[in-house]
Amino acid sequence: MIRFLVTSSIRRRLVFQLSIMAALLSIVFFVAVRSVAEQAAADTQDNILAASATSIADALYSERGQVRVELPYSALSMLGTISEDRVFYRIVADGETVTGYDDLAVPKADQGQRAALFVTEQYRGEEVRVVSIARAVSNGVRAADVRIVIAQTRRGLAQISSQITTNAMAVAIGFFLMATALSLLAAQSAVAPVKKLAESVTRRGPKDLRPVISKTPGELVPLVDALNNFMMRLRASLTRSEEFIAEAAHRVRTPLATVRTQAEVVHRQMEKPENRKALREMIRAVDESSRSAGQLLDHAMVTFRTDQLEQDEINLATLADETCDRLQPTAELKDIEIVRTFSKEPATIFGDRILMQNAVRNILDNAIKYSPAESVITVRVENSSDQAVLSVIDQGRGFGDADLGKLTSRFSRGSNVDDIVGSGLGLTIADEVMQAHGGQLHIEPNKEGVGACVMLIFDRSL
Amino acid sequence: MRFLLVEDNLQLAKALKERFALEGHVVDHAEDLSDAMTSTSTVAYDLILLDIMLPDGDGRSFLKTHRGKAERTPVIVLTARSEVSDRVGLLDLGADDYITKPFDFAELEARCRAVLRRQGGSVNNAREFADLVFDPTTGSLKVSGEERGLRNRELRLLEVFFGSPGQIFSKTYLMDRLFSFDEDVSENAIEVYVGRLRKKLEGSQARIETVRGLGYRMIQQS
Repeated sequence: MIRFLVTSSIRRRLVFQLSIMAALLSIVFFVAVRSVAEQAAADTQDNILAASATSIADALYSERGQVRVELPYSALSMLGTISEDRVFYRIVADGETVTGYDDLAVPKADQGQRAALFVTEQYRGEEVRVVSIARAVSNGVRAADVRIVIAQTRRGLAQISSQITTNAMAVAIGFFLMATALSLLAAQSAVAPVKKLAESVTRRGPKDLRPVISKTPGELVPLVDALNNFMMRLRASLTRSEEFIAEAAHRVRTPLATVRTQAEVVHRQMEKPENRKALREMIRAVDESSRSAGQLLDHAMVTFRTDQLEQDEINLATLADETCDRLQPTAELKDIEIVRTFSKEPATIFGDRILMQNAVRNILDNAIKYSPAESVITVRVENSSDQAVLSVIDQGRGFGDADLGKLTSRFSRGSNVDDIVGSGLGLTIADEVMQAHGGQLHIEPNKEGVGACVMLIFDRSL
Repeated sequence: MRFLLVEDNLQLAKALKERFALEGHVVDHAEDLSDAMTSTSTVAYDLILLDIMLPDGDGRSFLKTHRGKAERTPVIVLTARSEVSDRVGLLDLGADDYITKPFDFAELEARCRAVLRRQGGSVNNAREFADLVFDPTTGSLKVSGEERGLRNRELRLLEVFFGSPGQIFSKTYLMDRLFSFDEDVSENAIEVYVGRLRKKLEGSQARIETVRGLGYRMIQQS
């Protein structure tokens, strides 16, 4: 595995940033709501205080040069409507307390100011809101300067304020949580195309070099382009090597064919046993190199085709039948009988016809090559609900004590076949074809006596 | 039989001609497609052996024209190309069979035989000796009109004897005809097949005679 520097994920970064934003917004919201609400509550108290003071002012009159007041009941009761707060009042005319609490300070007001004046101050150990209005009351001689001062404790306001704070806090936290959840969703959906792209690349087989064509968001286009470009180059280089192998095999085979045929002609005319032996060895060597060339080429073709596996509907019995027909003349040369046992219902699989033909031919070819003259090779196609199996059973020498698992690796051959021409690629090719088709190649000794049984197994559950 | 070999590699063509001559077949050689066209229009061949890569074109186009003319002469393609990609196309184009270079001559011969046999009956190759009627193409052997089944090696052995009745064939020669190069068999193995062939010929006037120290020959019993 190649190591590379992993920075924190885009998703985590997005969620983190969006959450910070949400938190900031929540705080701003909380502060704004609280200050607006508190202001509103304070304004309400001020308004009532002012109204109360005004109604007292309206009840002022003078009697015998004295300023008098008859406190209207409503003036103080309206103050009780907003809370259970204590109320203090004082009415001062020209500096003399007319009625009320003597120690309640009169806020200093500019001369002639008629509007209500509000202050907040400490009174008897408690914070109070104080309103003061000035009125001139004529006592017949002159206008007396009357001040009406009403103070109210702020306990109710504090209570309202704490309630508002609690509510605003709850709303802010709710907002924060919701925003975070939404940011998670948003991050998820923003990262989804990247994930999908990664999956579509990961899901591929090791040899799948087709360009990526899944839907791509604009931001990822350069990445996908680069990826496709890279795969195209890789593929081109693969194709070049395959063409090279094909060309090499072609160049090697034609002269080999000439050498072989000439050697056969000379062999026929030779009489001395040592010359004949030498020629036989020469022909075998030619066979060996041509077979290797052929199978290397087959191998290259198989590798190439598994890249873009076609999905033809293949009837295994028909395929086996054709392959048997094709190899019948070769088998006949050794009087080998090929017995075909095919299941009645068609064993249909999906795959690349040419690859499958090649796999089956390689196996049957092997069986013929390693079988003694006048033996029987059984080609069987079985079909069940969960499997389709094509088996080639011979009465040859089997695979000796070679590791059955290793036989499918490149250039590996049975432990008892040194006297027969072969490259060891036949089973490898068949195995690769099976892997590309999601099936498996299974090798076991022939249950009915000597020989081997090679099975191509296709699981239907896949 | 008369074959046409279309092959641009002269050495290979020469070697093949010689090899076929050893089996008693006449082979005409065409170097390229135009040559092949001329030959097929003047001579009726039993079989055409066709190389695919030729100097003046692709053997496949010859195949197409050939089949287009509704010619029935069977064609076996000799290819040096891919074992995988070429073959399907070749058979689709109307080749009767194909063989990949380099090939075992015995296999080529076997394929020729198979193709001719499939062609069936159009050419009568039956030969007679004593009370035997033998058709090497179909593998049919009749003893006084009675059909005797032959296995492949028995057939090929009988074919050798029929090729030249009365001639003595050495064990070595017969071995060459019957066994492939990667089969290691002793010369005695040939006795087994001669024995079987004798059994198939039982009741006939013809018989295989052992000539001590020299080999075997087919003679007519007096």
